[in-house]
Amino acid sequence: MSIILDKVSYVYSEKTAYEIQALKNISLKIQDGEFIGIIGHTGSGKSTLIQHLNGLMRASSGGIYYNGQDIYDEDYNRKELRGKVGLVFQYPEHQLFETTIFADVCFGPKNQGFSRKESELKAFSALRSVGLPEDYWYRSPFELSGGQKRRVAIAGVLAMDPEVLVLDEPTAGLDPKGRNEILDQVARLQRERNITIILVSHSMEDVANYVDRLIVMNQGSILFDGTPKEVFAHYQELEAVGLAAPQVTYLMHDLSQYGIPVCGMATTMEEAKQLILQAFAKK
Amino acid sequence: MLRDITIGQYYPADSVIHKLDPRTKLTATLIYVVSLFVFRGMAGFVAVTLGLLIIIRVSKVPFFYMIKGLKAIMIIVVITVIFNLFLTPGEAIVTFWKLKITWEGLKNAGFLTVRLIYLILGSSVLTLTTTPNQLTDGLEKALKPLNKLHVPVHEISMMMSIALRFIPILVEETDKIMKAQLARGADFESGNLVKKAKSMVPLLVPLFISAFRRANDLAMAMEARCYHGGEGRTKMKPLKYKKRDGVTYVVIAAYFAVVVSLRLVL
Repeated sequence: MSIILDKVSYVYSEKTAYEIQALKNISLKIQDGEFIGIIGHTGSGKSTLIQHLNGLMRASSGGIYYNGQDIYDEDYNRKELRGKVGLVFQYPEHQLFETTIFADVCFGPKNQGFSRKESELKAFSALRSVGLPEDYWYRSPFELSGGQKRRVAIAGVLAMDPEVLVLDEPTAGLDPKGRNEILDQVARLQRERNITIILVSHSMEDVANYVDRLIVMNQGSILFDGTPKEVFAHYQELEAVGLAAPQVTYLMHDLSQYGIPVCGMATTMEEAKQLILQAFAKK
Repeated sequence: MLRDITIGQYYPADSVIHKLDPRTKLTATLIYVVSLFVFRGMAGFVAVTLGLLIIIRVSKVPFFYMIKGLKAIMIIVVITVIFNLFLTPGEAIVTFWKLKITWEGLKNAGFLTVRLIYLILGSSVLTLTTTPNQLTDGLEKALKPLNKLHVPVHEISMMMSIALRFIPILVEETDKIMKAQLARGADFESGNLVKKAKSMVPLLVPLFISAFRRANDLAMAMEARCYHGGEGRTKMKPLKYKKRDGVTYVVIAAYFAVVVSLRLVL
């Protein structure tokens, strides 16, 4: 199972004074079970790209194939695709509307045509998966804190049993504790439910800590695509487009410049710790 | 999808009309609208059409962009045409069953269609070439004399500019909410009327909540900057008439004189 993007381009407000080319010839292959991070400057096309994955936006040119089927085919069921590729938007306020959290999470599976009972079972397991305490379930979604709203929004999509879960900046505006909780939860989902995760983020630390593969977007094109280590090795080019590597990468670089023999580069705190310990063990 | 709504949208371009004082444009539009209901007969029609074509040409706004705005009034036009065709008494051309199309009806329907379409096109020149801010500025200054009659001119124009400013924001917000709910399998299109109305709930609840929140934030932000109404408030860019405004007034007066005299003479 995979998602393949073949030379996808997208132009906003075509043929007007506001015309913007948001995606330029994007070709991409996303394998089953991957944990992918997408980073890029504001306006680099990240959000536009992920909205193509579940067919919400239609490419101006190019093709998208989900499990080998062309999603732009006349008789392709795009509504079903939205259940398979679950997309969680950045602002949970945009999707919460029901009187209770539990009812809100049931919205997705109900739309897929499941009975009330099945929907409730799915909502139950989704809310469990995101780790929201049960005494919240029958409260209004508008009473929640930012982090809790995010969880409910993720649960609302998770209840549809997606094969791919796309998260648009799930940690924006959260404090460090809430951020780690959400990301740990997402990483656990990937392991337990074996779903593909695509994480759009602004935080280099977040992606370095969690993802297996990192895609860097710049001005509508893919700049780098590889493991976080491979990508962050290009930190000078990243800086040129307004991005940066994680703080530890810089720290390790500085350490070796000051004569401490740490060999190799690190993108996470854990890696850095190992390398520093190794360096001192040699001495 | 929703981005394509053109009513009240500004189209940036570098033209004389864009640079005119908003008061001039408001007056000119008013005169143009009056002229649409004054003209009579073929000669008047030609004069009005010429006037409109020249204005559109000078404004440098692409013609197809203006036509897009017409879609919204097509239903009204069709209804007026039908009523005029069948309900105007006079000499019948075609009759079926109890309905007859008269020569007068045909003429009336034709002119009414022209008037409606020209009305929309003419006023869309105003909104396409003037930013909402300029428009309300112009309105505030033009209506200033009413202040003496205790009409809250500043407050009205402030409300107008806030309302206009919020249209694109709310349109974008609607678009985002729609997408978020579509991603959860919502369906806004199929089903009968009741089902469609019900499917609007997941869209309207977040939209209203967000609109209230935004209104609240804006009120706070205005108060934080000591907003206290229009009294004693000065402008960073006060409106001033330039030479081209004088020229425009003369041109539009001449145009109106032509349309009126064509009606009186013929």
